[in-house]
Amino acid sequence: MLDKYGIAKRIAKELKDGFYVNLGIGIPTLVANYVPEGIEVILQSENGLLGIGPFPTEDEVNADLINAGKQTITTTTGSSFFDSAMSFGMIRAGKVDLTVLGAMEVSENGDIANWKIPGKMVKGMGGAMDLVASASYIIVAMQHTSRDGASKLLKKCTLPITGLRCVDKIVTDLCLIDVTERGFELRELAPGVTVEEVIAKTEGRLIVEGDIPEMVLD
Amino acid sequence: MNKEVANAEKAIEGIEDNMTLMLGGFGLCGIPENCINALANKSVTGLTCISNNAGVDDFGIGIMLKKKQVKKMISSYVGENEEFERQMLSGELEVDLIPQGTLATRCMASGYGIPAIYTPAGVGTEVAEGKEIRNFNGKEYLLEYAFEADFAIVKAWKGDTHGNLIFKDTARNFNPLMAMAGKITIAEVEELVPAGELDPNQIHTPGIFVNKIFQGTNYEKRIEQRTVSI
Repeated sequence: MLDKYGIAKRIAKELKDGFYVNLGIGIPTLVANYVPEGIEVILQSENGLLGIGPFPTEDEVNADLINAGKQTITTTTGSSFFDSAMSFGMIRAGKVDLTVLGAMEVSENGDIANWKIPGKMVKGMGGAMDLVASASYIIVAMQHTSRDGASKLLKKCTLPITGLRCVDKIVTDLCLIDVTERGFELRELAPGVTVEEVIAKTEGRLIVEGDIPEMVLD
Repeated sequence: MNKEVANAEKAIEGIEDNMTLMLGGFGLCGIPENCINALANKSVTGLTCISNNAGVDDFGIGIMLKKKQVKKMISSYVGENEEFERQMLSGELEVDLIPQGTLATRCMASGYGIPAIYTPAGVGTEVAEGKEIRNFNGKEYLLEYAFEADFAIVKAWKGDTHGNLIFKDTARNFNPLMAMAGKITIAEVEELVPAGELDPNQIHTPGIFVNKIFQGTNYEKRIEQRTVSI
């Protein structure tokens, strides 16, 4: 089983040299810590920055420089600033190569729900709807089940939808799944996890073909 | 072409009950602090505010919410504000949550003189309810209208007396878009210089879009998530 760092580590292996990447709030943000050696990726922050650097030291803290999660950050060499319309322009025009975001539910046809729990959490969608409507490659980072044990990989989302048929890949604490026209295709198992456990915890159509290898993390 | 006014109180003259305002900023970054404080001290109510966020309980637009000056918020994300949530759930405050890119582009459209845009954001979601959908090259898009705002209030880093503006870092965000979109645009800046002192090559917002400008004071620049490396 993977903890949140393990999920981030596995997703980082999907990064390719030259990728522009948008990382959502939460586990996705951690992916930045595991960029494989020898490749260069540039992180996009939808509030208007290409080239997110590490968190600042106390002396470097700059209130005018934050990421989309409103955290203080720094910039990397070759970074650039722009306004919010240009930021979503690069997202809509498909210039951002990879989007990693969290989810509350994903359905077997790739629908994602991650912005609203009616009556409980109504904070808004931020940039999530724009990202999922336009991104060419979307990886979801999430726990396989909710706190009460219910599967988050469903036949059909029950919560308000963020975007339709958009998720390409899911990495959970249990496994890596490709979302294809056939449904959830199990590709890799987290260390110590069995196929039976994934089957038991996946409500949507899960496709298991051949031997499923264990994830390589390092 | 001197657009300088003395202070925030002078700048917000003309803002009346039930008007629609655009307010720049992302979270608390790049918000027009001086004008927000001046509005909170003025007896103006029933405002519709277009702003990506709604501040926090005791800072930014949160101050105006507490004083019940806001009738409606049009935003993309409104977490981190308990009073906001209370007013929204009790029905005192009308809230229109829209995707952030749609918000930015509806501001942009307004500033560019375009009445509406098509965007894929929100297709298949509750955001699409009641909206015209059109198919271009096999993909569906929503028709979204340009905003109309009586006043746009923005915050820049530097400005000159002609109203030319330069923004800094991620405090730019919605500010240049809104600056172009207001029927009347107010800019508050950290440093106001005489026309001619800013490099024309570095101007982000040309002065034609700005009606009133002043140098703000006592910027707090509050940080929501102070994260440092160890």
